[in-house]
Amino acid sequence: MEVILEDKILLAHGSGGKLAHELIEKSFVKALANPFLAKLDDSAVIDLSGRLAFTTDSYVVSPIFFPGGDIGKLAVCGTVNDLAMSGANPLYLSLSFIIEEGLPRAELDQIVESTRKATQEAEVEIVTGDTKVVHRGSADKLFINTAGVGIIAEGVNISGSNARPGDKVILSGTIGDHGIAVLSQREGLSFSTRLESDCAPLGSLVAEMLAASPNIHCLRDPTRGGLATSLNELAKQSKVGIRIEEEKIPVREEVLAACEMLGFDPLYVANEGKLVAIVPTEDADKVLGAMRKNRYGKRAAIIGEVSGEHPGRVVMKTVLGASRIVDMLVGDLLPRICKLLYAIGREHSEIWSK
Amino acid sequence: MEFCGGHTVTIFRYGIRQVLPQTIAMVSGPGCPICVTANADLDKAIALSQIPGVIIATFGDMLKVPGSHTSLQKVKANGADVRTVYSTMDALKIAEADSNKSVVFLGIGFETTAPTIAASVLQAEEKEIRNYYVLSLHKLCPPVIQAILDSGEVKLDGLICPGHVSAIIGSHPWEFIARDYGIPCVVSGFEPLDILQCVDMLVAQIENGESKVEIAYRRGVRPEGNQQALKLMEQVFEPCPARWRGMGEVPDSGLKLRQEYQRFDAELAFDIALGPAYEPTGCICGDILRGVKTPLDCQLFGKACTPQYPVGPCMVSSEGACSAYYLYGGDFGG
Repeated sequence: MEVILEDKILLAHGSGGKLAHELIEKSFVKALANPFLAKLDDSAVIDLSGRLAFTTDSYVVSPIFFPGGDIGKLAVCGTVNDLAMSGANPLYLSLSFIIEEGLPRAELDQIVESTRKATQEAEVEIVTGDTKVVHRGSADKLFINTAGVGIIAEGVNISGSNARPGDKVILSGTIGDHGIAVLSQREGLSFSTRLESDCAPLGSLVAEMLAASPNIHCLRDPTRGGLATSLNELAKQSKVGIRIEEEKIPVREEVLAACEMLGFDPLYVANEGKLVAIVPTEDADKVLGAMRKNRYGKRAAIIGEVSGEHPGRVVMKTVLGASRIVDMLVGDLLPRICKLLYAIGREHSEIWSK
Repeated sequence: MEFCGGHTVTIFRYGIRQVLPQTIAMVSGPGCPICVTANADLDKAIALSQIPGVIIATFGDMLKVPGSHTSLQKVKANGADVRTVYSTMDALKIAEADSNKSVVFLGIGFETTAPTIAASVLQAEEKEIRNYYVLSLHKLCPPVIQAILDSGEVKLDGLICPGHVSAIIGSHPWEFIARDYGIPCVVSGFEPLDILQCVDMLVAQIENGESKVEIAYRRGVRPEGNQQALKLMEQVFEPCPARWRGMGEVPDSGLKLRQEYQRFDAELAFDIALGPAYEPTGCICGDILRGVKTPLDCQLFGKACTPQYPVGPCMVSSEGACSAYYLYGGDFGG
């Protein structure tokens, strides 16, 4: 049987038979090589001690390749970041693929390779995994589920409910890069931008922040729903108010331009390599200094502070000096019709000139 | 009055009402394409989705808007084929990919969206795509402003004219407002400074006792508009009466496909049976769209009607006045 020559994933690749074994060994075990995976046992057996952080997440991003990353890198970074946001040192991940039949083998291999690179950078290992193949139409090319564990050091106590009035709010860099980069690749919406997703593992950044001050109160990565949603979650969990200043929030020109075109507010656009930290005032400068030394925190800034007023709400001083509420995102972020079609017509002027 | 929902969002997002002097009151107008779509037209779109073999292609905002009995979102969950698209090109691709199905694109919007939708009809003709249809619910802005002014319900001292609409139609179509109704008009962009500059220009006209049409949004708008886009629109569509939420039928305020392109007209291609349309009890979206009331006058606002569980369209659409009041308002804004 010429199994090696199959250039697309077939249902048989998920059957548990020969094709499945070939796929697992050639595509996964080889690329992600480590002693745990090489054993091919039913479970990974690991010695661990200390306080364990345990998280899981599923990834269904479309398109699966986008500027600055792909679904594989995203799956590793997302789970590593969830562990890091609990103050844990991320260690071991599981990796499950749900593949739609017909996915080109080359695309799968490319995704496994970027998964490998991401685990290498994040210094974590994939110790267990699974593959299923489903009928065409039952999934969108590829879905990935990951779970991860990490150990939390003594003396570290990070939770969304720890923010106290007077604390400073620190953001690690520009917002909206991931969401706009992915959107720029959507079919029918393609607009030219040099923007890349900020998708990155933040384990080292968090480790360096904790080395500067173990007293960090809250950490959160503002993924879907954006910065606005993360800050609202923290305000509600801690029953405090949060005040931020619009002009202190770093946003790239390209992101602002795309948001203007689509009618988006960058505060609600997704990030995959940013974090927001709530830190006691006396430690804020130390933590900020440590962040700026890390490659993923170069543009870190103090964007506001925690207050005892208006508990559960986030208020922003706008560039005009007025104040307004920043609410959570409701539903999906949708482009405004007028702006969108007008922009498409103008961007692709050949449409109008026919 | 700011006509355009995009302006309403800017005004709330940057807290412009707070920084203006007390003597200036801003009134939100009917410039949200989702909001002004009448329930009878929504019902039509929903009825189309129930016809076997029909795929509805629409912008995401439309999905959640409740019609008389249900919404596209709910019929989709019950098995209707309703697809969210980001552009007309996506809808054409769906039609090309599945020639056994009929794709109906919901043609929502003002003069800004009509040229791109007109282009899709021409593309479909050129590529001989025979299963692509448009349900034309387009609305035209100048006629509805005239209807609002003629009703005498709101007394306006100045009009912030829509930026993108004017980029297409130019500033000339607003001149009758300055001339016949004596109301100063300024076309504005969407940045906070654009709006402030526009308000400043309106105040200057009022203080000088003038009423003329000015353009504050010079980087986007020329007096004559975009001739290419206008030509496209006129080639494919012709004006017709249109139903507006809260305003009823307004003459010459809609667009229908011209006779040459009637085979793309979803209303003619499908047999749609409709019962009477109902408005949700207590919802005052119609009054809000006419500028007669504000969302704060609505007893449902923030209680029975929120962006999560919207009752009326002004709470659903991201450009709707209720949504802007709710998201950016509260105790600290507007």
